Amino acid sequence: MTTTAEPGAATAQAGPDRHTPEALQAEFDAAVAADTRIEPRDWMPDAYRSTLVRQMAQHAHSEIIGMQPEANWITRAPSLRRKAILMAKVQDEAGHGLYLYSATETLGVSRDELLDKLHAGRQRYSSIFNYPTLAWADVGAIGWLVDGAAITNQVPLCRCSYGPYARAMVRICKEESFHQRQGYELLLALSRGTDAQHAMAQDAVNRWWWPSLMMFGPPDDESAHSAQSMAWKIKRHSNDELRQRFVDICVPQAEILGLTLPDPDLRWNEERGHYDYGAIDWSEFQEVLRGNGPCNEQRLERRRAAHDNGSWVRDAAAAHAAKHRKAQA
Amino acid sequence: MTGQTGESASGASSSGQSADGTPAAASTGGQWPLWEVFVRSRRGLSHSHAGSLHAPDAEMALRNARDLYTRRAEGVSIWVVPSSAVTASSPDEKDPFFEPAGDKPYRHPTFYEIPEGVKHL
Repeated sequence: MTTTAEPGAATAQAGPDRHTPEALQAEFDAAVAADTRIEPRDWMPDAYRSTLVRQMAQHAHSEIIGMQPEANWITRAPSLRRKAILMAKVQDEAGHGLYLYSATETLGVSRDELLDKLHAGRQRYSSIFNYPTLAWADVGAIGWLVDGAAITNQVPLCRCSYGPYARAMVRICKEESFHQRQGYELLLALSRGTDAQHAMAQDAVNRWWWPSLMMFGPPDDESAHSAQSMAWKIKRHSNDELRQRFVDICVPQAEILGLTLPDPDLRWNEERGHYDYGAIDWSEFQEVLRGNGPCNEQRLERRRAAHDNGSWVRDAAAAHAAKHRKAQA
Repeated sequence: MTGQTGESASGASSSGQSADGTPAAASTGGQWPLWEVFVRSRRGLSHSHAGSLHAPDAEMALRNARDLYTRRAEGVSIWVVPSSAVTASSPDEKDPFFEPAGDKPYRHPTFYEIPEGVKHL
């Protein structure tokens, strides 16, 4: 008979072994079924972990790449008010990236590793950011449509089965609401302005509408990861379901804006209780994914340059910290 | 996975830690250490965990925390703690460690049956 040094050790060994692969899997499945959150130190299937890393990293990358198209207009914002708003929004995107990188790190990867993969083109960001912002009205269209689509996608993620991701999304969704409203307000001002301003707003909406619909991903029957992600409760609604929700929300909002959506097939379907919409050109989506969108190269190049140009700041901060640690020791 | 550090650090043991427990210096190329951020949202409430971030030292961690977690006046006070300094109960949160409390319902007021009509109890 062996004696145990700690009183707790005896209890720990009692009962059936909770650490066989089957028992761990069963415990994980039960937690997902019961809608309790999975936390970083819980056992989880390798595929669940790698799916989350892929999705969360792509999400984080999208936030920081997403700073570029809008930052393009900061110096040319038409008023101090609009400029302050745009700077706050772009700063928020950086913050969202940081929340998501932290949440991803809880899965056992480092932020540096994720950034390296982004810079090497081995991890993706949302293809919407490979479109250019040609006019000031694009800032409005991005806020209304791109952030609107993002919110539609992200609200259900607040109930995602992985705790740190869900918590990051709660914070992000609160902040996104300002992004969408400032965009709508901006478009409204242009739409009600001069003819040239109205035309600029309409042109921006024409260019951003279809890419925004593509943000929900491929149709359900062609979506590679959907079924498994739904089973794991990482994803709560299908791509097509969320896309439909977004269309239904946008049509009346466009009417109030006094702008049209560039889809001749868009009409109310009494039977379905939803708006029907035209066919999406998925070949365009695939091309942009393959790296052939209008701005793919520019976005990545800019990101790498920003990272490289910031290295002296990181080095200086580290040297400063090391010096002070030495002085205190 | 390490079992000794806080939630955010659990996967990021690569952030390094020196022997005396202070976060390792992020010399060129190394990743800055991880810090846990606690924010007091207003006077009268306790600090609560807001998230984590990387920073080279405590002072920069505080500044980064202000920019990252209080952009909308969410806080009146911030604590930053090296993630490596957090000692956590167990790598698996369903541990027998918490079992002693499981079979003591008499610690809750609802355990006791009191006749109807008894007031202020």
